[in-house]
Amino acid sequence: MLALLVVTVIAAVRSTDLFAAAILFGIYSFLTAILFMDLDAVDVAFTEAAVGAGVSTVLLLSTLRLTGRYEQRHKHSPALPLVVVGLTGAALVYGMTDAPDFGDPEAPAHTHVAKRYIEDGPRETGVPNMVTGVLASYRGYDTLGEVFVVFTAGLAVMMLLGTRVRGGRSSGREAIGDLLVLRVVGKVLIAFVMLFGLYVQFHGDYGAGGGFQAGVIFATALIVYDLVFGEADARRVMPHIWTERLIAIGILIYLGVGVAGMLLGGPFLDYSKLATDPVKGEHLGILLVEFGIGVAVFGAVMSIFNAFSGLRLPSEGGRDDV
Amino acid sequence: MIFQHLPILQILIPLLAAPLALLLRTPLLSWALALVASWASLAVSVALLLRVLAEGVVVYELGDWAAPWGIEYRIDALNGFVLIIISLIGAIVVPYAKRSVEAEVQDRRIYLFYTMLLLCMSGLLGITITGDAFNLFVFLEVSSLSTYVLISLGRDRRALIAAYRYLIVGTIGATFYIIGVGLLYMSTGSLNIGDLARLVPALADNRTVQAGMAFLTLGLSIKAAVFPLHLWLPNAYTYAPSAVTVFLAATATKVAVYALIRVVFTIFGGVDLFEAFGVHTTLMMMAIVAMFVGSIVAVYQGNIKRMLAYSSIAQIGYIILGLSFDSVTGVTAGIVHLFNHALTKGGLFMAMGCIALVAGSVRLDDMAGLGKRMPVTMAAFVAGGLSLIGVPLTVGFVSKWYLIKAALEQGSMLIAMLIVLSSLIAVAYVWRVVEVAYFRDPPDGDTAVREAPVSMLVPMLILVGASVYFGIDASTTLDIAGAAAAALMGVGG
Repeated sequence: MLALLVVTVIAAVRSTDLFAAAILFGIYSFLTAILFMDLDAVDVAFTEAAVGAGVSTVLLLSTLRLTGRYEQRHKHSPALPLVVVGLTGAALVYGMTDAPDFGDPEAPAHTHVAKRYIEDGPRETGVPNMVTGVLASYRGYDTLGEVFVVFTAGLAVMMLLGTRVRGGRSSGREAIGDLLVLRVVGKVLIAFVMLFGLYVQFHGDYGAGGGFQAGVIFATALIVYDLVFGEADARRVMPHIWTERLIAIGILIYLGVGVAGMLLGGPFLDYSKLATDPVKGEHLGILLVEFGIGVAVFGAVMSIFNAFSGLRLPSEGGRDDV
Repeated sequence: MIFQHLPILQILIPLLAAPLALLLRTPLLSWALALVASWASLAVSVALLLRVLAEGVVVYELGDWAAPWGIEYRIDALNGFVLIIISLIGAIVVPYAKRSVEAEVQDRRIYLFYTMLLLCMSGLLGITITGDAFNLFVFLEVSSLSTYVLISLGRDRRALIAAYRYLIVGTIGATFYIIGVGLLYMSTGSLNIGDLARLVPALADNRTVQAGMAFLTLGLSIKAAVFPLHLWLPNAYTYAPSAVTVFLAATATKVAVYALIRVVFTIFGGVDLFEAFGVHTTLMMMAIVAMFVGSIVAVYQGNIKRMLAYSSIAQIGYIILGLSFDSVTGVTAGIVHLFNHALTKGGLFMAMGCIALVAGSVRLDDMAGLGKRMPVTMAAFVAGGLSLIGVPLTVGFVSKWYLIKAALEQGSMLIAMLIVLSSLIAVAYVWRVVEVAYFRDPPDGDTAVREAPVSMLVPMLILVGASVYFGIDASTTLDIAGAAAAALMGVGG
């Protein structure tokens, strides 16, 4: 697996065909996801597959539509970056020589804080999936921060590319022609993808999954709709202003849960105060927070995708505002 | 109840305001919200610092999970002081930004601008207040992403390239930081800064920990623009919108330096870092080179914003020099200069923003006769410039006085001389501007007074005034910085 990973990444870097490179990076993410699976990190694998292999590839491809397929040859010499990369690699190898053995149950990473997450997590948070427990409760504040990172990234793309709705939007038939197979398959697929998204959203406390993955999956369903049935139709389902609002609303749900804990007498993000039974409260809090994450991530991915697909090739308009 | 929640309110106020500003979608309302949030944030940070000074360290456990299992906020004199720097500059920049942003940013992006500014503020405050190394990274990301966008909004197309450069370099810095955190987690199993400080000394000979230290230091040095890792800074400051330059120059690098202090003096405080790895001499050498190279390059700049940016690199050199003395006096000098330089540079860049608005250019050649046409702005510039040089009765003097004192404590006459010498170079670059603005006639003979709007002049005068006030009566700032330094060195022993 690792060898395949190395081969893929070298191929991706060396390729001047950016289209191929984007697909290779998709494969790279997928391989990483399988590696994570192999290490029993199901939740991480899931995220990597949904975000890395799925949405990132779509976004890279939409960027390529704007830039052009082939890379220009660089003029600057690779000497300095090579030295920097070499030193970094050397430092990492040096650091690894004293690292605990792989899979050592006595390693500090397993015996210090993780011990409590594993042994008491499900009991204290009321959710059987301890990854969700750590993410949404013990370190719920970090997760809030991560949602803000997603929020910032979504806004950043909107700000740089502009969100102005330009004329000349195409609906289905003009967009990719009347491809019957694509339309029928698309219709069926979208329903299942959305159903799966809902499952991942509300089942994250028992199995792998949660708001991040669900938001991305849901967005994928809409992106497929956009691609198959055209932007105009997709925009009718989800108007632009709403994708922007959804990011804010998702975040406000998360913050709201946190503030509710404060108003009920605990510190910020103390879910145990949300119900009379502290464990039930924890569980409820985690569900609500995951929902907020799902909404915000969906909004952010959609905003980013819209910002890219809203742009035409430079000859057709390009950055209208510079 | 409010009182006990102060630590989280510090972050929660700007954090809540950001999505709300997005929902409002109108320039005026978003600005008003940012104004309220930034002033409320300032009030909270003042209340927090007063509490810390009265009661000692304030701890707040998020989600009611005790550290190291959960994330805690831990405020002592040091980060309480840095919180004040950020929120003070924030509260003064927002009113200043209104007119400047209207002139420099497109209308339909203004609400996004304030959302980003609030996010950037929350990110910087979040880095400062947290007691958790990973939580620090999360907020580092929030502040970095918003910073890149804010820089890219500059009118000049080169702003985009500057932002992109900074994005690449900044991402490398952040990645180094997180690799360092990962290595430390691998060998200690903890992410809590206080917990790490307890666990690390026993592992000082562990190579994983050593590599972790190298990655943490290097990553944060990039973000702090410590020489020679400063190359992203001049363009970013030059091409960003004026209000953004003011905010970033006064806060962003300061916060990175703060994080660096935490790593070096708290996490690795128990290890005799300075002795063991020669970090001491390396930092000192880099700081001294930065003081000279930054100042000398500044003398040759035609764009005054860029000149001030290079001067910032020299000033960061002074801060690092103070830290590298590894003595209470030296660290006090470094910490107090964080505050003093924020005031000075904030005021100077505000003057640049006024000039950009009224005269339309910040190039030296276009500044002829500005002393007559914009008397208030140029007077503020001169006062700020005096503080950069370190003339008595300004904050710059206080910082340099302490630096020299620290150098003499170590018996190093040479370094004391070098500090004075590098300050003389500052005279040269400040004088160039003064000469053109006051002793050259405007090209078209137009000497009618045209000043920037009051909403920009007042914030500028507040910052410049503060840099004189705290230069005359430095006891407050020095007491706090001294307490912070003593606490740090107490841990470091």
